[in-house]
Amino acid sequence: MLDALTVATAVAALALAAWCGWAAYRDQPTKDWHFIGMAVVSLLAVVQLVIGIVQLARGEKPEQGTTIFVAYLLGAFACIPAAGFMSLAERTRWGSVTVAAGGIVLAVLEVRLYDIWGG
Amino acid sequence: MTATEENGTVPQEKKPADEKPAGENPAGEKPAKNRRTRLISGPGMLLLWLYGVMVVGAVSRSAVQISTEFDKAPLAYSLSAVAGVVYGFITYSLVRGGETARKAALVCCAAELAGVLTVGTWTLVEPSAFPDATVWSDYGMGYLFIPVLLPLSAMYWLRKARTAGSASAVQ
Repeated sequence: MLDALTVATAVAALALAAWCGWAAYRDQPTKDWHFIGMAVVSLLAVVQLVIGIVQLARGEKPEQGTTIFVAYLLGAFACIPAAGFMSLAERTRWGSVTVAAGGIVLAVLEVRLYDIWGG
Repeated sequence: MTATEENGTVPQEKKPADEKPAGENPAGEKPAKNRRTRLISGPGMLLLWLYGVMVVGAVSRSAVQISTEFDKAPLAYSLSAVAGVVYGFITYSLVRGGETARKAALVCCAAELAGVLTVGTWTLVEPSAFPDATVWSDYGMGYLFIPVLLPLSAMYWLRKARTAGSASAVQ
């Protein structure tokens, strides 16, 4: 369950990165549609956070330690919203680049989460 | 760009440098009077984001490692903590803006670059000194080489912010 969600979030994050990268390439700031995309990816991260905590509460142990697992879950949760707010403050193509970078960072976090959980 | 670079050689440290009007910034904002030079407009925002990520990465990593397994690799974990502090200071300088912060950030970026190169070489030459990785091991390979690319692009950006500021001051 958690592994499938991790993969899904990583793929969605990369798609968001490509989409915002395309916007940056066309010299556009992030638009409403991009923010809906960010919301979808953030929602996946929230679901992942909740399920991850539920798994921990059930007594399952991540392979590389609970602290690191929770830290990465929180990081993954905060990643896209933070980049989104920065793109609100920067209404140029560079705002789009920032969100694209955020998507890539999230994808990396998901790969690490996969390893930490021991998938 | 070429015209402003020549202006870059004009000594301008005599002025009360901090409160320069924000010159041409790529966001196309109106140059407000008596405002600090904004360092986070345009590409600066991307730099701020990447530095923010590195702060969280380096600080949280070293915090966990120092509190749980410091004896395993004290040198590596201490270096990660130092890297986190340097990243934190650069991030703060970028947000604050202004001439003093710009110079301070420039110095820190140079220190960061020196740190990455030194530690990167060190980990390759003598891996035994590092039982566990630092943020700067192998030139930051574990972090997509961001640690070595970031100071270079940041120094480029910060130098450009200076020439933009001096161009508006000279005109």
